[in-house]
Amino acid sequence: MISSTREGGRAWVVGNDLNTDMLAPGFAMKLGIEGIARHCLEAVDPAFATGVQRGDVLVGGRNFGTGSSREQAVGVLLHLGIAAVVAVSFAGLYYRNAFNLGLPLLVCPEAGTIRAGDRVAVDLDAARVHNLTQGVVLTCEPVPPHLLEMVREGGLLALLEKRIKSGAVRSAPTGRAPDAA
Amino acid sequence: MGSSATPQTIAQKIIARASGRPAVTPGEIVTCRVDLAMMQDSGGPRRVKPMLDRLGARVWDPEKVVVVTDHFVPPVDEDSRRIVQIARDWTKEAGVRRFHDAEGICHVVVAENGYVKPGMLAVGGDSHSVTGGAFGAYMFGIGSTEMLGVLVTGEIWLCVPHTIRLRWDNRLEPGVSAKDMMLFLCGHLGMDGGKYQAIEYAGAAVSALSMQERMTICNMTAELGGQAGLVAPDEVTLQWLEQAGVTDVSAAGWHTDHGAPILHEKVFDARVLEPQVAEPHSPARTRPASTFQDVRIDVAYIGACTGAKLADLRMAAEILKGHRVASHVRLLVAPASQRDQAIARDEGILQVLVDAGAELLPTACGACAGYGAYRLEEDVVAISTTARNFKGRMGASSAQIYLGSPYTVAASALSGKIADPRELL
Repeated sequence: MISSTREGGRAWVVGNDLNTDMLAPGFAMKLGIEGIARHCLEAVDPAFATGVQRGDVLVGGRNFGTGSSREQAVGVLLHLGIAAVVAVSFAGLYYRNAFNLGLPLLVCPEAGTIRAGDRVAVDLDAARVHNLTQGVVLTCEPVPPHLLEMVREGGLLALLEKRIKSGAVRSAPTGRAPDAA
Repeated sequence: MGSSATPQTIAQKIIARASGRPAVTPGEIVTCRVDLAMMQDSGGPRRVKPMLDRLGARVWDPEKVVVVTDHFVPPVDEDSRRIVQIARDWTKEAGVRRFHDAEGICHVVVAENGYVKPGMLAVGGDSHSVTGGAFGAYMFGIGSTEMLGVLVTGEIWLCVPHTIRLRWDNRLEPGVSAKDMMLFLCGHLGMDGGKYQAIEYAGAAVSALSMQERMTICNMTAELGGQAGLVAPDEVTLQWLEQAGVTDVSAAGWHTDHGAPILHEKVFDARVLEPQVAEPHSPARTRPASTFQDVRIDVAYIGACTGAKLADLRMAAEILKGHRVASHVRLLVAPASQRDQAIARDEGILQVLVDAGAELLPTACGACAGYGAYRLEEDVVAISTTARNFKGRMGASSAQIYLGSPYTVAASALSGKIADPRELL
């Protein structure tokens, strides 16, 4: 599955430990996703929210998405049309949130070689990033199969909807784990 | 529970029980039954209700759900009023009886009600849900959509974590606290040092900590990048739970077996730890408070689940008793819960803080995440007992936020600049 178009999208590059409060600032959290998206990354790159185009790719360093559980930090990128985020590593909570909302992520040890404005195409199934500007292919860590399925279905909500319809998930299961205490 | 002959870590034992297996191996992906699902007003009802409605689904077990309003209380405008009202209406509609409205910050309220118990597999719709690990539970933060999955199915998937053990030998010296241990660890290991694995805090200095100090330790596992933080339950845990009215609970077995697979263990000496301060804009930019010279502050903030529990208020009072804050400093105190505030009032601690010049703010998340009525203004320099000093988090992007313990923040408020609290004890 090619997450971005084959022609690729433009790369926007941010640094290490890019946190959720940069993506979705606290003061904007009472707003809807459109309102929050207007402030996305404004503390580090004020041009981002207005300049980003559908199909663009966000490139991070280490520990992308550190901080809060707020999944609006994922939602704003989807709203702004980001096709995928490629980073050296992700904060675990952000990683889960992204796939739950259907935003593809790739862990790419060589993400640091991508320069702002490069055209990149992201192949999630093959776990590869094609840097079309530099003419190189970057190998990424494979995404676990159940998360690939989640993205393919459009996220956990869509997946649950499908499974409930097919009877594979009941909304009130009867079995229980033994009590912890 | 943990009846397997293979030595296992606490994390493995909890996940094995919750996934219905005799044992689990790090790296394995399993599905667990959830014992407790906690939500606050920002990521909770206002986000999950529309999704539940779309699915036509009901909560799998309302008795296992806790909802606490803390982010948008007290409401400051129509938007926040609406968000809090959704939580009130939805808990009724969904049959969630454990609803705590504006009683304090969720992680503290959940603990004081004895909801988190040793051996539980628990999730919370907030990154600081890792606080629950102080009780020997495997508790971690998730987003709203993942919470929806839990509410509908009662289950969640996990990649069985490796365990990183951080052992603190000896005892902390006076004026040094759990917050200093965590700031030091963030500086030492980085915000991704936890590698989204289980972090087990052990050693004599950890065992000697009160329950609320253990909560501070596990709380900042979020800043250390662990999925969960754990302290093995003991008498301290059981005493706390008993006071919260929980008696049907045992600590037995919920420890890491000798020979269990530990990814790595690091050993620290608590006796030589100095008070720590993190510089803007990361909790990992930490060095000893004594090395900061002439960093003048405008605001001293004592707040949040990390830094305004009863134990934290007591530390601040120890420093502030009989003194006044520097004339140019605003000292703001937002106690972490109504209960802690009431006890602090009874103990005379609240009066000590007010006499020193403190302004009291509501018992909510407040300025920590920039949600409340009070926000840091342009170019303000603040020192705070909270967990995160990300650029712009507590208000203006130009604000400079330093992090320290309640001792250090109180000492800095008196000095008017960043100070080592040991000089004032």
